[in-house]
Amino acid sequence: MVLILILQFILTPVISPLCIGIVKKIKAKFQNREGASIFQPYRDIWKLMHKDEVISSDASWVFRCAPFIIFATTIIVGVNIPLFASFSLNGSTGDLLVVVYTLALGTFFLALAGMDTGSAFGGFGSSREVTVSALAEGGFILSLFTISLIIGTTNLFSISNAEVLLVSEFFLPTVISFAGFFIVSLAETGRYPFDNPATHLELTMIHEAMILEYSGKRLALMEWAAANKFFIFIAMGANLFFPFGIAQSADIVAILFGLTALFLKTFILCAMVGIVESSMAKSRFFRLPDLLITSFILSAVAIGLVQIQSL
Amino acid sequence: MTNVITSEFGFLFLLFLYGIGAIGSLIFRKNDVLANRWQSFSAIIGSLWGIFFAMGAFVVRDMSFAFSSSISPLLSFSFHIDQLSAFFIFVISLITLFCSVYGIGYIKHYYNKYSIGALGFFYHLFIAGMLMVVTASNGLFFLIAWELMSIASYFLVVYDRNDANNVKAGFLYLVMTHVGTAFIVVAFLLIYTYTGSFDFTSIQSQAALIPAVIKDVIFLLALVGFGTKAGIIPFHIWLPAAHPAAPSHVSALMSGVMIKTGIYMMIRIFLDMLQPVPLWWGIMVLIVGSVSALLGVLYALTEHDIKKLLAYHSIENIGIILLGLGSALVFTSLGNTPLALLGLGAGLFHTLNHATFKSLLFLSAGSVINQTHTRNMEKFGGLIKFMPQTALFFFVGSMAISALPPFNGFFSEWLTFQTLLQGIASADIFLKSIFILATGALAATGGLALACFVKAFGATFLARPRSPEVFHAQESSLSQSVGMGGLAILCLVCGVFSGYLGSLFVNIGTKLSAFQAMPQILTISSGSTLIAPHGFGSVSAPVLFALFVLVVFTVIILIKFAVNKNQKTEIGATWDCGTNLTPRMEITSTGFARSIILIFAGILRPSVQHEIEYHDSAMRYFPKSRIVNLSTQDIYQSYLYQPLNSLITGLSVRFKVIQSGSMNVYVSYILIVVVVTIFLSQ
Repeated sequence: MVLILILQFILTPVISPLCIGIVKKIKAKFQNREGASIFQPYRDIWKLMHKDEVISSDASWVFRCAPFIIFATTIIVGVNIPLFASFSLNGSTGDLLVVVYTLALGTFFLALAGMDTGSAFGGFGSSREVTVSALAEGGFILSLFTISLIIGTTNLFSISNAEVLLVSEFFLPTVISFAGFFIVSLAETGRYPFDNPATHLELTMIHEAMILEYSGKRLALMEWAAANKFFIFIAMGANLFFPFGIAQSADIVAILFGLTALFLKTFILCAMVGIVESSMAKSRFFRLPDLLITSFILSAVAIGLVQIQSL
Repeated sequence: MTNVITSEFGFLFLLFLYGIGAIGSLIFRKNDVLANRWQSFSAIIGSLWGIFFAMGAFVVRDMSFAFSSSISPLLSFSFHIDQLSAFFIFVISLITLFCSVYGIGYIKHYYNKYSIGALGFFYHLFIAGMLMVVTASNGLFFLIAWELMSIASYFLVVYDRNDANNVKAGFLYLVMTHVGTAFIVVAFLLIYTYTGSFDFTSIQSQAALIPAVIKDVIFLLALVGFGTKAGIIPFHIWLPAAHPAAPSHVSALMSGVMIKTGIYMMIRIFLDMLQPVPLWWGIMVLIVGSVSALLGVLYALTEHDIKKLLAYHSIENIGIILLGLGSALVFTSLGNTPLALLGLGAGLFHTLNHATFKSLLFLSAGSVINQTHTRNMEKFGGLIKFMPQTALFFFVGSMAISALPPFNGFFSEWLTFQTLLQGIASADIFLKSIFILATGALAATGGLALACFVKAFGATFLARPRSPEVFHAQESSLSQSVGMGGLAILCLVCGVFSGYLGSLFVNIGTKLSAFQAMPQILTISSGSTLIAPHGFGSVSAPVLFALFVLVVFTVIILIKFAVNKNQKTEIGATWDCGTNLTPRMEITSTGFARSIILIFAGILRPSVQHEIEYHDSAMRYFPKSRIVNLSTQDIYQSYLYQPLNSLITGLSVRFKVIQSGSMNVYVSYILIVVVVTIFLSQ
C-alpha cells in the first residue's frame, strides 16, 4: 500500500520526460530526421539543474516561487488521478474538480510569472495562455462530467474502476467526449494546433514566451512541470476513457499488469499526439476559439446522449 | 449568559450599539480623530456582539418579538430570527468587523476634507439597516429597514462629493434602488390584497389564498425588485457605478454584504412564504444566474478601473449563488428535499465565501487607490515592491475568487457543481438541458475569472511601475493590514474547514416552510470531508491542504538543497532584444484582455477609433500623433435603458400640458382625485 502511494507520487515526474522524448522522436522520424534519443529530455533537465541562474531585477517573489509551485501542482495532480491502480478510491482528494482546479492553480502562477518580469514577450504569452485555458475550461469540465455521469460519481478512481465504457452501451458518448477531451488536452499542454512547443518566434509562442526569462534550476522545473502536465493529460485520457488493465486489487501481478498497460496506453497516445503534430499546421490564434468551442459542444452533446440512453 | 445573548435583548442591544455609534459619531463630528476612533471602535464592538449573538441564535433557538402600536395596526416592528436570519447576521457582523478595523487607518485620508462624523453616522445606520432587513418579519417594517439601508448607503456612495462622477453614480444608484423598491412594494401590496396581512408568519400560513397566477406575478416582481439590489443582469447598471464611488471599506460592505440582502429576501419569499414553488421559477432563476455569472465576468474583463472590475465580479458571484438557489427551487418543486437543501447550502456557503474574499479584494484595492490616487489599472504596475503585504492579501483574494484550492471559493463552487450534476442526472430532458447549460456557464465562468484576476493582479502589482504615482506608494497602515490579514486568513480557514461549515449551511433550509412537509436533515460531510449525496463525489479539504503543504515543501527542499547546492544566482535586467526597457513594453490590462474581448465580440461589441494627426495634412504620409481608443459598447444602456429613458421623457413632455404652475389648478386636481377615490372605494 505504501509502495503504491510512493509510486503515485514519483511516477509522474519519472515518466513524463520520456513522453516528451517519444513525441519528439516521432516528429523527427516524420521529418526524415534521426532525432535525439528519447532520453534526451532527462539529460536536458539534469544539465539545467546544474547551471547558474539569472533572475530579472524586476521580478518579485511570484517569479521566484512559481516554478516550485507549478511543479508541485503537477505532482499533486499526479497523486490525485488513477495511474496504474484504482482500488484505493482516493475519496479525499481524487475528485475531478480538484484535479481541474489544481491544474488551474498552476496556470494562474504560470501566467503571473510570465507577467512578472515586465518583458513584452511574457505578458503576451500570459494573455494568450489564460485566453486559451479559459476557453478550454468548459470543454475540459464537461468532457469529464460526461463519463462521471455515466458512472455516477466524480471520483476519478471510481470512474476508472468501473466497467470498460467502450464495450458498454455508452460507446458513442464515451468516444465523443474523448474527442472533446483530446482537443482540450492539446490546448492545455501547449501542443499543435494551439501552441508550438519547439518555437521561439514571438508571434506564435505561448508557453515558451512565459518561461522566457527563466534559467537554470527554475527553467528545469518549468520544463519538467510542462512535461508532467503532458503526462497527466495522457494518463487521464488513457485511464478514464479506456480503463483497460488498470489494477483493481492490491495484487502484485495486477499492479505490474497495470503498470504495463499504463506504459502501453501512454505510448499509443504519445504516438497519436506526435502524428497530429506532424500532420497539422499551427492554427492562427483567433481560429483557436472555434476548436475549443467545438470541444465544448462535443462534450455537451455527449452528455445529452448519455442522458437519452439512460432514460 | 447564553440565555441573555440569545434573547430579544441580545438583538435589541445590537441595534442599540449601532444607534449609539451613529449618534456618537455626530456628537464628535467637530474632532476628526475622535470621530474616527469612536465610529471604528463602536462598530467593532457592535460587530463582535453581533457575531456572538448570531452564533448563539444559530445554535440555540428561533425567536420572534414585536413592538406594535394601536395607531397604525398594519405596521408592527416585528422581528423573527431563525437560522437563516442568524446566518446573515453572522455574515454582516463578520465583514463589518474587518471593515471597521481597516477603517481606523483608512478613514485618516479624509481628515480635514470631509466630515468624519457624517461618515460614521451613515456607516452605522447602513449596518443597522442591513441587520433589520434580515430580521424584519413585517412587510411594512421591512420596507422601512430596506429604505434605511438604501438611503444610508446612498449617502456613503456620494461621500466623496467633490468628484462629480461620484455624485452622478450616487444618483444612478438612488434611481435604480427605488425602481427596485417600487417592484417590491407592488409585490407586497399584491400579497396583502390576497392574504390581508403584511406579517410574514400570517402570509406563510395563508399563502394558499393567493391564486397561482398572482403568485407568478409576485415572483417576477420580487425577482426584479430584489434582483436589482443583488445586481442581476440586466438590472445591474448601478453596481459598477456606485461601488467604486464609495469609500473602500464601504464598497467592501456593499459588495460583500449589502447585495446579499437581495438574495436573503429571495430565499425568504420563494422558499418560506409562497408555497408551493412551481417548476419554472427555479428554471428562471437558473437562467438568470447563468447569464449574470457569464456576462458579469466578461464585463469585468473589459474594465481597467480596478474597483469597477471587482464590482462586475460581484455580479458574477451573485450569478453563482443564484445557480445554487435556482437548483434549490427546481428540486423543491420536484419534491426532492435533500438536493434542494444541497443547492441552498451551496448558495449560502458561497454567500459567506464571496463576502470574505470580495471584501478582502475591495479593501486591498482601497489601499492601492489610497496610495496612488487613481483607480486606473494602467497607471499601476510594480506595486508588489512598494506594498508587499497588500499585494499578498490581494493575491490570496484573487486565488479564492478564482476558485483555486485550498481557498474557500473552490469548495462552494464544488458544492454548486455537484448540485448541478445531480440536476443533470435527474428529471426530464428539458430540465437536463437547462442544467447542462448552467454547468457549462459555471465552468466557463471559472476559467474567465481566473483570466481576469491574472490580469488584475499582474497589471496592478507585477512588472515595472507605469506611472510616477507608484513610486510614492507606501505599505498600508497597521490597522489596514490587520483588517485585510484577518480576511485573508478567513479565506483559508473557511476553505480548510469547509466540511464542517458545509454541513451546517445545508441544514439552514430545513427550517424553511418549503421543506416542512418533508423534514429531513441532510448530511454532506463525515468529519472534515465534504460528500455529495448519493456518493457522487467527495473532497477532504484538510487532506488536500496537507498534501499541498507537503508537496510544495518537499519540492523546495529537494530542488533547492539536494541538487547542486552551490548554484549561483545573478540579478540581471529583463531581456528585451537589446533595446532600452521602458514601462511601455509591459502588457497593459487592456491589452491583456483584448484577445478574450475580441473572441466574445458578439456580446461585448468592442469598438476601435483611430485619431491620427499628420505633419502635413495635405500629404497624409507622416503621422505626427496617433490616438487609438478602444472601448466596449454597453448594450444595456443603448438597447434597454436609453429607449426606456426616452419613452419616459417623451411621456413627461406630453403630460406637461396639465402642469400649468398655478396653485389653484393643483388644488382642484387634488379635489378631483379625492372624489374619484371615494367613488371607487364604494
